[in-house]
Amino acid sequence: MGEMEELRKEMENLKDQITAARKTFQDSTLQEAAAGVTVVGRVQLKTRKTLRGHLAKIYAMHWGTDSTLCVSASQDGKLIVWDTITTNKVNAIPLKSSWVMTCAYAPSGNLVACGGLDNMCSIYNLKGKDGNVKVMRELAAHTGYLSCCRFLSDTEIITSSGDCTCVLWDIETGTQKTVFAGHQGDAMSLGVSPDFKFFISGACDFTAKLWDIREAECRQTFGGHESDINAIGFFPNGNAVITGSDDATCKLYDLRADQELLTYQDSSIMCGVTSLAPSKSGRLLLAGHDDFNVNIWDMLKAERVGVLAGHDNRVSCIGVSTDGMACCTGSWDSFLKIWN
Amino acid sequence: MTINTMAKGGWHRDQMSCFRKMEKVIVAMQDPDMGMKMRNQRLLITVIPHAMTGRDIIDWLMKKYNICEEESLHISGLLVRYGYIYPLKEPRSLVLRPDESPYRFQTPYFWTSTRWPASELDYAIYLAKKNIRKQGELMEYEKERYSVLHKRINHTWDFVVMQAREQLRASKQRRKADRIVLECQEQAYWLINRPPPGARNVLDMGLERPNNTARVTLNSEHYKNEIDTCKRALGRNRVKSSICLEGFVKYSEQYQNHDPIMQGCLPSNPWISDDSAHWTMNLETVPTPTRLRVERWSFSFMELLNDEMGRREFMTYLEKEFSGENLGFWQACEDIKHGESSRIVEKVEEIYRNFLAPGAPRWVNIDSKTMDKTLSGIRHPHRFVMEDAQMHIYFLIKKDSYPRYLKSDLYKNMLAKGIVPQETKKSVFPFMRRQRHSSPSPAQVATQATEEGGNAKGAGQAGTNSAAGSNV
Repeated sequence: MGEMEELRKEMENLKDQITAARKTFQDSTLQEAAAGVTVVGRVQLKTRKTLRGHLAKIYAMHWGTDSTLCVSASQDGKLIVWDTITTNKVNAIPLKSSWVMTCAYAPSGNLVACGGLDNMCSIYNLKGKDGNVKVMRELAAHTGYLSCCRFLSDTEIITSSGDCTCVLWDIETGTQKTVFAGHQGDAMSLGVSPDFKFFISGACDFTAKLWDIREAECRQTFGGHESDINAIGFFPNGNAVITGSDDATCKLYDLRADQELLTYQDSSIMCGVTSLAPSKSGRLLLAGHDDFNVNIWDMLKAERVGVLAGHDNRVSCIGVSTDGMACCTGSWDSFLKIWN
Repeated sequence: MTINTMAKGGWHRDQMSCFRKMEKVIVAMQDPDMGMKMRNQRLLITVIPHAMTGRDIIDWLMKKYNICEEESLHISGLLVRYGYIYPLKEPRSLVLRPDESPYRFQTPYFWTSTRWPASELDYAIYLAKKNIRKQGELMEYEKERYSVLHKRINHTWDFVVMQAREQLRASKQRRKADRIVLECQEQAYWLINRPPPGARNVLDMGLERPNNTARVTLNSEHYKNEIDTCKRALGRNRVKSSICLEGFVKYSEQYQNHDPIMQGCLPSNPWISDDSAHWTMNLETVPTPTRLRVERWSFSFMELLNDEMGRREFMTYLEKEFSGENLGFWQACEDIKHGESSRIVEKVEEIYRNFLAPGAPRWVNIDSKTMDKTLSGIRHPHRFVMEDAQMHIYFLIKKDSYPRYLKSDLYKNMLAKGIVPQETKKSVFPFMRRQRHSSPSPAQVATQATEEGGNAKGAGQAGTNSAAGSNV
């Protein structure tokens, strides 16, 4: 075991060096940087629509790029595509496995995907010739549950799994193109950069990793959380990563400074973060929690500026539409609500 | 999304940190000096010590954490829901009433985190005690569960009954007040760990993730990979945090007017007015784009490229300068990167014919080194074979043509022509004097008169709460 111990020591040593190097670039506090920023008052969002139709816990939702359609996945074994203005169900897709944990809408609007305890990512074609929505592909290779998936285009999708890896798939052939391994715990969620060149993953090893899609390697690793990271997303300009964790805090990691710059926490917030979404300008961060509420943070001042309390059970997913107009929350109480 | 996981020792990891935080609050509440003032509570003919009213709890939390009443109600609600505080009257109603209703602290013996998970044996003993103590005291659902348990753990049933009898005997020797307190505590514990049907199960952790033993093996290969990753990470360039923070501030300020949650949107918020004019004006292709949209084209090159209209306008400009082939080349490369694998070869050939071959109709000017590399790569075409050439052209356009486009008359005219919609006025209710905004800005950044822009159709609950930021 001598060799292993030496290798482990070398790795720890390198990690310490990275921490020290990062410290030397920490030359400012948030107070100084955001001193001149206009204060945001209380943010009040109202429920505009309630989407009713699911019969069990909603686990995931994702907006389409047109900002009016969204897809949601529930434990009742259905994937529903909603027209959020009329609250009509555009598609109600029955799933083979009702243990679904994630869903995604392709940027083109042609495809949706979902997956869960079946360890597979199923792709459905919404624009089939005969009008029926059918399974187009079943991407199976993960040895653990599917926790999250996001489309890069109609031909590529990235998935994160309980087997600690993330995978880039070729949808046409249904094969794995790249396996991103490195996390030491279940990979719980992922986010794609605005330029589609990178993606980030948050895991149960309390770290977030930035991956280069093309080079297939992990560029940066960020730690600091004290519990599982459940939610992750990019700051709108793609220069920072926002994470939400079971330790009830959210953190902002800057990619260029290569370190954590901000923590969003409050001793009166005790329940873990399940999901998060930044507003279009990046000024506000909306985070869904286990205690049925959504907290709204001023990202630049690290202060809480609002609360959305409208669900009767855990808020499991949240998303801000592409044009920034509306925020959608999904909950274990089986309802989706649109707020703005 | 939080999913249940059984870590070592059977503890539900995701709940533990939540419990620890609540327990901190509870301990602070029971501090002899700074904690809650408790009093005796008369329950029928018995006096229960160390009780407090809901109102007192709310007030104490508000003072201690400097929060508003709504926030305090929320936190105290959590404490009751998770069993750290239980109600003396109406024990099955696990809510915190901000009035004179009496509550008590649950003893740490019965904290959810102490006895995790609640055992079947204990539940059987509890139900048996209830059954023995007074025939018919068990509720319908408890009777059902009792008989289910009787079947399931039949082999230890003698032990169950014996334990129940023992505990009942021991409790008879206590003072009446103590006995009642113990019964209340036990009942509260089981109301949470075995909730009645229909009641919310606060300990519901969601889908149980299978315990995956084939995880990451910490062998030498793993460490070698980690070391490589670390070495690369160590050598990366870093930027000072002050510059990065400034970057975020600038970005937010630049986009503030474009963020409907911050500034509202014109002509009206379609969710309030049911008028989709806003979306119609911002479709992918419109005769005249809005001014905000044209303004965004100047924020970054990516913004321009990501907008189809922007790309078309830019192409028009480039054609005038006889450099349209650059953008055409870039677009064709994007198409290969994100398109179907089966058409890669065909598309690469087309690019070569149109843009790279000597004498090509839309020849692009790439430096010879990149050109050589690309040409040799074309012999074995793959998705990223054009990457270097595309990058070269991308930076060329970004550094040279893009800034000039922004200064051009073409762009300036576009910006001047850009639509700035008028805010549509909402129809006024007969008894209201002022007209309501049909596009309120949810964030009160500049001091605007934000009306309660309520939905006239009354759809959905007005689930609005706001908390003045709380600091401890």
